[in-house]
Amino acid sequence: MLRRLIDFRMGIFLAVLFVFVVLVPAGNLAVEGRIVPSYIVALLGKYLCYALLAVALDLCWGFCGILSLGHGAFFALGGYAMGMHLMREIGPRGVYGNPVLPDFMVFLNWQELPWFWLGFDQFWFACLMVLAVPGALAFVFGWFAFRSRVTGVYLSIITQAMTYALMLAFFRNEMGFGGNNGLTDFKDVLGFDLSADSTRAGLFVLSAVALAGGLLLGKWITTSKLGKVLVAVRDAESRTRFIGYRVEGYKLFVFVVSAMMAGVAGALYAPQVGIINPGEFSPANSIEIVIWVALGGRGTLVGAAIGAIIVAAAKTLLTGWLPEAWLYVLGALFIIVTIFLPQGVLGAIEGGMGRARRRTPPKEAEA
Amino acid sequence: MRHLLAPLIALLLVCTAALAQPARAQEFERLVNALPEGNYADRGETVAAIAATGDERAVTVLTALLDGDLEQMNADGRIVILSKQGRDTIATDALTGEEIGEVGRRDTERIRVNNGLRRDIRAAIGVLSLTNPDPGRRLAAAEAGFRAPDAEQIPALEQALSTEEDGGVRLAMEQALAAAILQSDRPTEQKLGAIEVLADRGDRDAQSILSRYAADPELGEAAQAAIDEIARIQRLWGFGQDVWYGLSLGSVLLLAAIGLAITFGVMGVINMAHGELVMLGAYTTFVVQEVIRTHLPGLFDWSLLIAAPLAFLVAGAVGVAIERGIVRFLYGRPLETLLATWGVSLILQQAVRTIFGPNNREVGNPDFMSGAFQVGAMTVTWNRMWIIVFALVVFAALMALLNRTPMGLQMRAVTQNRAMAANMGIRTARVDAMTFGLGAGVAGLAGVALSQIDNVSPNLGQSYIVDSFMVVVFGGAGNLWGALAGAFSLGVVNKFLEPYTGAVLGKIIVLVAIILFIQKRPRGLFALRGRSVEG
Amino acid sequence: MSVQLYLNDVHRSFDGFKAINGLSLAIDKGELRAVIGPNGAGKTTMMDIITGKTRPDTGEVFWNGTVDLTKVDEAGSARLGIGRKFQKPTVIESLTVEENIAISLKDDRSVFGTLLNRQSAEQAARVSELLELVRLSADRRRSAADLSHGQKQWLEIGMLLAQEPELLLVDEPAAGMTDDETMRTAELLRSLAGSHTVVVVEHDMEFVRALDCKVTVLHQGAVLAEGSLDHVSANPQVVEVYLGR
Repeated sequence: MLRRLIDFRMGIFLAVLFVFVVLVPAGNLAVEGRIVPSYIVALLGKYLCYALLAVALDLCWGFCGILSLGHGAFFALGGYAMGMHLMREIGPRGVYGNPVLPDFMVFLNWQELPWFWLGFDQFWFACLMVLAVPGALAFVFGWFAFRSRVTGVYLSIITQAMTYALMLAFFRNEMGFGGNNGLTDFKDVLGFDLSADSTRAGLFVLSAVALAGGLLLGKWITTSKLGKVLVAVRDAESRTRFIGYRVEGYKLFVFVVSAMMAGVAGALYAPQVGIINPGEFSPANSIEIVIWVALGGRGTLVGAAIGAIIVAAAKTLLTGWLPEAWLYVLGALFIIVTIFLPQGVLGAIEGGMGRARRRTPPKEAEA
Repeated sequence: MRHLLAPLIALLLVCTAALAQPARAQEFERLVNALPEGNYADRGETVAAIAATGDERAVTVLTALLDGDLEQMNADGRIVILSKQGRDTIATDALTGEEIGEVGRRDTERIRVNNGLRRDIRAAIGVLSLTNPDPGRRLAAAEAGFRAPDAEQIPALEQALSTEEDGGVRLAMEQALAAAILQSDRPTEQKLGAIEVLADRGDRDAQSILSRYAADPELGEAAQAAIDEIARIQRLWGFGQDVWYGLSLGSVLLLAAIGLAITFGVMGVINMAHGELVMLGAYTTFVVQEVIRTHLPGLFDWSLLIAAPLAFLVAGAVGVAIERGIVRFLYGRPLETLLATWGVSLILQQAVRTIFGPNNREVGNPDFMSGAFQVGAMTVTWNRMWIIVFALVVFAALMALLNRTPMGLQMRAVTQNRAMAANMGIRTARVDAMTFGLGAGVAGLAGVALSQIDNVSPNLGQSYIVDSFMVVVFGGAGNLWGALAGAFSLGVVNKFLEPYTGAVLGKIIVLVAIILFIQKRPRGLFALRGRSVEG
Repeated sequence: MSVQLYLNDVHRSFDGFKAINGLSLAIDKGELRAVIGPNGAGKTTMMDIITGKTRPDTGEVFWNGTVDLTKVDEAGSARLGIGRKFQKPTVIESLTVEENIAISLKDDRSVFGTLLNRQSAEQAARVSELLELVRLSADRRRSAADLSHGQKQWLEIGMLLAQEPELLLVDEPAAGMTDDETMRTAELLRSLAGSHTVVVVEHDMEFVRALDCKVTVLHQGAVLAEGSLDHVSANPQVVEVYLGR
């Protein structure tokens, strides 16, 4: 079982991840003089959340050919679910001191908590919703889309419309999610102060564990017989139907799992960044996730995680040094990767080393 | 405004009147010079006499008198009209229209009027205007009378009606008369007839006049019925207005989507940079206008006509470059094409931001695009009107290009069977580039139109990309008629939802509806059907 | 002998084009049947209808005399025991040869059944046996994308057999095969008949002759003639359809 899950590159990646999990918090907390500044811990934690999000997308795009341009929506919904709990945990410490209502509701003259906020004062309930809300959306959306055999670019475009519609909705104050500003000013989680270094380190470790868990879950799914069926759906959907597999069920499964994984990533992201707002739903964000996966190498899981970290780090560095240049770089990345690196960095490196099995690049699911 | 117009008109009138009716003109001049004399009652008679001359200058003089701008020069007793120009007061000769120049407060003496006299002056102006030789002035006078109905105007209106021959002016006069009759102590039958006239007019002004009589014991019932009738008519007009707004939005969507329908529909290529090509068209318009402003200001009204072909060429050239440089390596891999063109869109956006800055750029409306006109109770703005026309013209031109020209034939041949087309000697690579360039060029044309109604900023394209994809997906790829039907039906539905749900929620509902619609018709409204499509 | 597949007065048109126009056909259990006809005769649409890919506009399609095939989708028809081989070989290119066979094995097709599936010893043996049959044992760990055209044809036949179907619908199996491979294919299909019902759509008359079975000639979406190859070859209408234009 272990051999099935941890191959060479997975082993290397997990080992490096483990080293970071030990060194980063240690460098921040234990060593005097703080070799690792606190903001770096939060930054790296954010990257790990992005990496998990990329793994989630790779699961459904890389292995099943479902190019979702709306995965940012699942990520954001997870973030909002966690954010709602964090808002409730502020309690009477808000600006208006209302023990029940978050500040923005007091500001909008709301008298009582909307029904969909009920239960979020419980941490376990919020955690459940982090999985359930993105999962349910993916299930309903996927059930409609896959059943009527919407595939290829059509599917991509309606996933984009989905996240766009959600963005418009969450921008509305009437929705009860803080409108434009989103949810912010979080104080603590489970009693731990979110601004404390120890809490940040803890969240970093938790993100790393979640990423490792996501990678292993993804590996387990894709190396199972179901994983082979997913690849069959990606390469030859029609053939797979004639073998006797109900393709829509398989797509729905991987789409929902992927959405839940994205939700977890969002839930870890919100407390580390300190805010979750409707901008996370923007179509541009969701397309950026795709380039993480494409850059790293789709259908590799580990590659997706690496791609996310590379692009996110590049974005941090470049927007700091040369803010003008970032969009040029990102744009060029999209073009270069799709034309010259169809298998991503990981594929190119392994191909160059001659170790990877000869394979044709994965074909589009669409005929 | 008036202080500019009045002297001008006066001058004009002097020239014509002096030649035509010297005797009347002399009488008029005598009466005007007599205005300062006597008490208010004498002045009232003089006003009536001035009106009776029918002199063209009378309205100007009487209006100035009414407004308290008619004064007498202390120095030479000349009657002048005062007007403010900035801080200065300028005097103009009331009879000759000659500008005398700046005067101080003590240089002139105002010709005073009281309330009774004001009423007389208004009636006199009314009569004068109602018999003015210019039908436009008569119409304006009748409309003014309608808006401020006065029983005392009745004789003037009846007199004017007896000679009026212009149908439109007659109608306006009858309506003004009806409004005045309702205020008078005329018999009830006449008033009931007046209510009918107002009901036929059917607008909000008529409604508000009628609402004053809704509680009247004798007229109440008829007035209420008329009000209800007007409300019904107004609803119909409101419906028409919504349809118009919908068509207007639809034409914008059509312009934004039609180029996409070519690249996506005909070539099967997803061009995520389409919105940025629209943006380039808008910036081309901006640049053209800047050049015209600095070098050839007289051409400003032609700026859009000059910008349109340039925008087509700029966007088309960028389109061909995208196709040759990127898209052609990715045929048969639609998802990769989507990603690569998204990269192009980011680069174009940032490039425009670098060159023109991140803020909105001002693109002016030429005269023919400004203003509005009325159709019944509907307001139609010229820019929306021309954009609808433009969208339909572009659509028709594209249909003709695809169906009637050798280039269109080649495009369709390559779409339907690439290998066969190549065997027939069609240079498919060139056709691909041309098709993509055509789609891009049309996006540039859309940018010219959008520059007239939207902010020209680097984000312009982003705001249309989802909508235009929805149009193409809804209408059915590969079919320009689908794009047309899709754009207009989405536009109209959106505008009909807005009053009930608000703009944002309406848009969300439309998006969700399209997502659900695609479940039913995965290939859109006007899908090509058959075995070949399923592949 | 009972009827395996029964089509009665089936119609189907695409945008006015009558692809199938009153087609009636009965195929017995264990029978080997060749279906021939010129291009556009409706052969592929007929298979689409039988496998649930296309719904007929009107008409009856019954499986084993009881199951209404017009209400079944592709996966459903496969689960009933209808295996289909396409004209253009379609195998799962990113998977290895043995993985292609393994996912085709008759087994639980549910999502979670597949997720938790572990290959049993019998199944492993069955994979090896099938690979032997289609002569791909040596290539079992190669990626299916690396196979030659003929090998892909064989792999697809292997996948078909792995499903243990009662009825095999085979679309132009000889296309792209060498003469030797063609004869071996005909031999294989003949040997499968009896234990399986086999319907072969074919253009290649040599191949049909080698099958040595009852032949149905389709023309314009309906049956033109039926009988032995010699019998239908002698039919003047058939000759006209094939040679007259």
